[in-house]
Amino acid sequence: MPFNIFDIIGPVMIGPSSSHTAGAVRIGRVGWKILGEKAVKAEIGLFGSFAMTGKGHGTDRALVAGILGMTTDDERIPRSFEVAKEAGLDFTFSEVKLSQAHPNTAILQLTGVSGAQCIVQGASVGGGNIVITKLNGMESAFTGEQDTLIIAHKDMPGMIAMITAELAEHGINIGSFRLSRPQKGLQAVMTIELDTGIDEATVSKLRGLHDVGNVVYMAAH
Amino acid sequence: MINYNSISQLAKTANEQKVTISQVVLNDQAKELGLSEEQLFKQMEEMLDVMIASVKAGMNKDTRSSSGLTGGNAYKVNQYSSAGKTIGGSFCTKAIAKAIAVAEYNASMGKIVAAPTAGACGIIPAALLTMMEEHGIEKKAAVMALITAGAIGMVIANEASISGAKGGCQAECGSAAAMAAGAMVEMFGGTNDMVADSCAIAIKNQLGLVCDPVAGLVEVPCVKRNAGGIMCAICAADIALAGVKSVIPVDEVVTAMREVGESISADLRETARGGLATTPTGIMLKEKIFGK
Repeated sequence: MPFNIFDIIGPVMIGPSSSHTAGAVRIGRVGWKILGEKAVKAEIGLFGSFAMTGKGHGTDRALVAGILGMTTDDERIPRSFEVAKEAGLDFTFSEVKLSQAHPNTAILQLTGVSGAQCIVQGASVGGGNIVITKLNGMESAFTGEQDTLIIAHKDMPGMIAMITAELAEHGINIGSFRLSRPQKGLQAVMTIELDTGIDEATVSKLRGLHDVGNVVYMAAH
Repeated sequence: MINYNSISQLAKTANEQKVTISQVVLNDQAKELGLSEEQLFKQMEEMLDVMIASVKAGMNKDTRSSSGLTGGNAYKVNQYSSAGKTIGGSFCTKAIAKAIAVAEYNASMGKIVAAPTAGACGIIPAALLTMMEEHGIEKKAAVMALITAGAIGMVIANEASISGAKGGCQAECGSAAAMAAGAMVEMFGGTNDMVADSCAIAIKNQLGLVCDPVAGLVEVPCVKRNAGGIMCAICAADIALAGVKSVIPVDEVVTAMREVGESISADLRETARGGLATTPTGIMLKEKIFGK
C-alpha cells in the first residue's frame, strides 16, 4: 500500500483511538451525508468491540458527532451529546447481535428533519478507515472517501450499460464499480465510486430510468 | 520518485545530493502530492502547531480520560522536572513530561496528531519540542525534522507495520521512537548515516514489545510507553551521534521487526487478551470500567 507523508504524520484527530473514535466519527458522518439533511432522530446499534469498549473510547460521542456532520478533528466531539441536544437530535444506543460482522460495527437508523430515513451499517477497519457494509438493508462496500452512487435496480440484462452510458454522457469517470445481488433476477445494487462529483439533475435523471429503484448519491466532502 | 522501502537508501540519496534526508523527502513528497515545497512545508508546520498545542493542553493538572484510568501525570512529572533535582536531568524529564502530556490528552479526547498512530502520539512531539526548548532548535528545523520522521515512518509502514494489531507495540511506540531518534539526530546536525543508525538502534531496543492494553483502552500501559519511547529515542540518537554504528543495518532491523511482529501471539496484539491486560489488576480495572 503506498503511503504519503501525511498518512504517517497525521491525521489530526480527536483521541483516543483511530479505530474507535476517528473511525466512528467517519461512520456517523457517512450516515449524515446519505440522509442528506439534518437528523432529528438516531437509533444507534453497537456491535462487538464497539459495544464492549466503546464507552471508554468515546465511540458513542464520536458516532453522534459524525451524525451531526462533524469531522474527525472537530473539538466539539467530546461534548457532542450536548451539541445534539441543542441541535434537536434525539439519539438512543443499544447493543445489537449480528452474525459475520466486523467487530467494530455500528448500525445507524436515522430520521431527518423532513422525514427522510436511512439505515447505514458501517465497520471501522483500522487506522481510522471505514467501510459501509450495508445501506438500507442492501449489501454494500464503500468508504465514503470518494463521491459515491448507490443504485438499487432490477437484476436484468442491460442495466449496467444503461447506467454507465448515462454517466459517460455527463463526462463522469468511474473509479470503482461493484454490483451485488442477493438473488438472481430480483433486486441488485450497484455501488459506484466516481472520480468527480455529479449534480442533482443527473441524480434525478438516474432515478427516472426504467427499472431503477432508489438512488443515493453521497459527495465525498 | 522515491519508493520508501529502504532507510539506508534514503540516507544514500541524500548523501549523493549533499543535502539532508528531509530536503530529499520534501522535494519528492511535494511532487507526489502536487504541492509546492512551500505548501508542503506549511502543512507540516500546521502538524507541528497541533503538536505544540497538545503538549500544552496535556500538561493541565486536571486532564482525565473518560474511563478515569489516566490523567494528571504529565503535570506531576513536569513539576518534578522543574524542581531541578532529577536523575535524568532536565532534557530527559522534560521530554518524558511532554510525551505523557500528549498521550494523556489523547486519552481525554483531546486533539492530537497521529504520529504514526494515536497510541504513540506523544513521542515525536516530545522529541521536537524538547529539542526546541532545551537546545534552542529553530521551528523551521523542527518542521524539517518532522519530514524526516515521516519518511522513516513510511519505510517502516511499507516494510513492516505501524499497527499494534498487526505488529504489537513495537510497531507503534517502536516506530515512533525510531522516527523521533532520526528527527533528533538531524536537528542536532548529525549526518544522514547517523540518522539511519539511530533508527536501527531505537527499533532494536524495542523489538518484541507487545500491545496489551488494559480494558482495550489506549491508556494503560500506552501513556507510559510513550515516555519509554522518547527515552529510547534519546538513547539511540546520542549513541548514533557519538559515531557508533548499528551492527545490524537498519533495513535488516526493519525486516526483523516485521518477522517478530508476525510471530507475536494475537493475544498480545491489541486484543487485550494477554500481558498486562489479563493481570489481576488489569482484569479488575476492566470490570470496574465496563462491568463484568
